[in-house]
Formats: sequence, C-alpha cells, structure tokens
Amino acid sequence: MIALPLLLALAAVSPPVLTVFAAASLTDAFEELGELYRRKHGGGDVRFNFAGSQQLAAQLEHGAGADVFASADQRWMGHVQRLGLARERPVVFARNRLVVVLPRPNPGRIERLQDLAREGVKLVLAAEAVPAGQYSRETLGRLAGRPGFAPDYDRRVLANLVSEEENVKGVVAKVQLGEADAGLVYASDVSSEIAGRFRVLDIPEEANVVASYPIVALAASTHPEAARAFIELVRGPEGRSILAKHGLVPPPAAP
Amino acid sequence: MGLPFRLLLGVAVAGLVLLLGFPLASVVVRVPPAELLSRMSDPALLEALRLSLVSSAAATAVVVALGLPVAYLLATRVFPGKRLMEVLIELPMVLPPTVAGLALLLAFGRNGLAGRSLALVGVSIPFSTLAVVLAQAFIAAPFFISAARAGLSEVDPRYLDAAATLRASPARTLVRVMLPLALPSMLAGAAMSWARALGEFGATITFAGNLPGVTQTMPLAVYVALQRDVDAAVAMSVVLLVLAVGVLLSVRVAPSWLGWLDRAHARRR
Repeated sequence: MIALPLLLALAAVSPPVLTVFAAASLTDAFEELGELYRRKHGGGDVRFNFAGSQQLAAQLEHGAGADVFASADQRWMGHVQRLGLARERPVVFARNRLVVVLPRPNPGRIERLQDLAREGVKLVLAAEAVPAGQYSRETLGRLAGRPGFAPDYDRRVLANLVSEEENVKGVVAKVQLGEADAGLVYASDVSSEIAGRFRVLDIPEEANVVASYPIVALAASTHPEAARAFIELVRGPEGRSILAKHGLVPPPAAP
Repeated sequence: MGLPFRLLLGVAVAGLVLLLGFPLASVVVRVPPAELLSRMSDPALLEALRLSLVSSAAATAVVVALGLPVAYLLATRVFPGKRLMEVLIELPMVLPPTVAGLALLLAFGRNGLAGRSLALVGVSIPFSTLAVVLAQAFIAAPFFISAARAGLSEVDPRYLDAAATLRASPARTLVRVMLPLALPSMLAGAAMSWARALGEFGATITFAGNLPGVTQTMPLAVYVALQRDVDAAVAMSVVLLVLAVGVLLSVRVAPSWLGWLDRAHARRR
C-alpha cells in the first residue's frame, strides 16, 4: 500500500521506457537503432523483446504491453491488426532475402544449392509457423523444377531436415555450432561479427522469397509520441543506413 | 491454535492454491471435454506422446542404473572429492536447462570434445532420439540420486551391524537388507526423475532440436502448437498434466501400498 503510490510516482517522473517487440531477425539492426534512439532522445530508453514474429503476435494477443511491433511478415502483422491492436496502418520499413549458410569447415561438402538434396545432409530450418520457415519452404518449392534442379528438389531437401527451430536465430546457432550442415536464414542474420564462421550460398533472385518487414505503433502504447519517434527513426536516413549495414534492404525513400 | 495463527495459515494456503492450482485449473477448463477428447486422437499429439513416454522411460532407466551405485557410495562411504561429487549431482537442478543443452552440445555435438571422436566411428548424437534421452537424463538425475541416497542413509545401522555379524558381503547387504528397506524412497525418486524428464524442454530443444517423431517431445510440441493453435496446445498440456498428476499421486500412494504388501507377506508366514 505504501509501495504502490511510490512506484507510480517514480514511473511518472522517470522518462518513458519504450518497449519494442521485434522479429528475431531484426536483433542486430534494432540493437544498434536502440543505441541511436537513446543518444538522440536524451533520457528516453528503449528495450526490446526479440522472438519469432508468431510468438510476439501471440504475446500481444494475450495482453503483453508494448509500444511498437516490427514483424518479419505481413501474416502476423495482419493478425495483430485484425485483433485491433494496431494504432495505425503498418508501414514496410525493410526487405530481406534468404541465403543458405554452411559452417566454415563445410562438413556436408556443400558447394551448390543442388547439394542440399543429397541424402544424409543435415539441414536445419525455422519451423513452418515462423515467417523464415515459411519463406524457406516457398523458396525451395520455387527452386524445384528450375533448370539444373530436379522436379522433386524441395521434397528431397526437406527429407534432410533434422530440426525445425522455433526462430531463425536457432538455425543460425545450430549452423554456427557446426551441428547442422546447412540452414536457410535471412541475409541479415549473417552479421559482421559472426560472418567469419559461415560460408554463404546465394539463392537466385527469381526463386528467393523476399520478406517484407512492417512496423506499427500499438494501440495499447502508453507513450504514443515516443513510439512514433522510434518508427520515424527507423525509416529516416540514419535508420536506413543502419538497416542496410545489417543486410536489410530499406524500400525506396519516400518522396 | 490461536485465531490469528489459524488465519495466517489459511491466507497462506489460499495464496498458494491461487498461485499453483488456479492457473492449472484454467488450462483444464479452457477446452470443453468433448473437444478435448477428439483432440486426443490428433496424430501429432500421439506421436509426441509416444516419443515422450519412450524417451522419459529410457532416461529414467539410465538415471537409475548410473545413479543407484553413486547414491549407495554417497550414503555409505567417505571418500576424497565427496563434496565435489555432491555439487556435481546438484548442478543440473540449478542450471538453466538451456545451459545444460549447450554443455551437452559442446561435449557430444559433432564438434564437441567427445563428439569429434564419436563422429570418427560414425556415431552422431545431436538431432537423434538418443540426444533427447541424454538431455532428459542430465536434467532428471539429481531427483533420483538425492532420494535414493536419503533412503539408503536412513536404513537403521543395527540391521547393517547384524548383517556384518553374519558375515554378509557389502553387496549382499545392499541387495538383501538396504534395497528392500529403501525401496519406497527409491521408487519415489525414480518417479520424480521420470516426471522431470517428461517435462524437459530447454536442454532438449538445444541439444536434440525439434523434429516431429524423432526429437519433438510433448513439451516441445506444446510450445510449437501454441504458436499456431492455442487449443491444440491446451489439449497437449492437459495430457501432460494428467500424466504428471498420476505419477506424483502414485508416489504418495505407493509406500502405503508396499507396506500393506509387506504386512500381508508377514501374515502368511
């Protein structure tokens, strides 16, 4: 009874702490954006909850308090919108593409995408409910039947699946530890700090399913001003250059 | 008992029931029983359940086979490094399971300290059901060992003296005197280990990964289902809950049942 008013008073005095729910694949870029936000908005702090978009959407659905939601696909953003949790229309602030990562010693002796279909390769993907997992399966499906790829390429690759990780960073970890021979992750997941531990195989543009990242201020936000400021920062020139540095492609600048 | 004291006890009991019982009851009432029953035949649920039952039983067998001799040593002997041994056995209870999973990977993974040699002879543990069993055994071992040790230490020393006077070897004394007397504690410990193995999540997903039919146990299936269909996750949770209640309840009932068996045996003689 004594503590509660004290806590409330404390909350009123201290600068707003912005809570941002962001897809796991945004971890590196948003950590850096957070630093920028703290510098630019003296005293304003921001904390992140990084997880699979589907998990964040579920948390929001069950009443988790957050100011901003950045999803790795339109599906889970749509889910949040339908529940009436979004304050406004979401905007796409970045795009991402998939790459194949291999551990440096390359235990699966994978030199080209076709090798992923070889029997005995240990492949790790994100689970189907995770945007990255869905994009991975779509991309494999698009590769099947293309020149140089067998018609059942995707089926044979998926037969090599040894684990379905609950977010894309789990795939990065299993490949980084050298336990998996290959994994499909976003280009942005191969951050500069860990790039030396991987070999990267590019997936042709035509087959690559490009992820769009929408961001939105949430209706339940207690600091709508700060939420808007954060989104502006992400979409502004500085935000764009940070996103680009982390392998994300910002959409063409607004006129 | 004074009224204030009784009031205090009542408040504590109500608080605890609210904390533990209320959320679990909320899981059970979320999905109507008819729908729950129809979801029980979901092949994904049955597959995860089968894997959970097999792996947790195997993990318990491993824990008992390796843990019983260790519990016996700890209960009956003083040896150098005994304190360290005790700490080692308690560690899995304290460590976050993800750390246990990572440790297992760094030891038995393909690039792990022992895993590299295993790979040379063609053995690969991660992503296999064996990895699930190891992860569960790692996490569940302390529960059996501490219970078995306590049970063995409580055996009245006069019985042991009597056995020694009759020139029974330590092995014979263990099998004929100590084990029968400590049986209830050991069954309770094994059941606790089994229940803990059944609920294992963090070490499993880190070390064994998540693949339906191979490494996706019930707790992993609940987690994955939760991201897609809450009611499917609820149905699985209810199954786990019923299993856990069954095990824990039988642990409570077993000792008196064993006692009854003993008395019946004595009467017949």
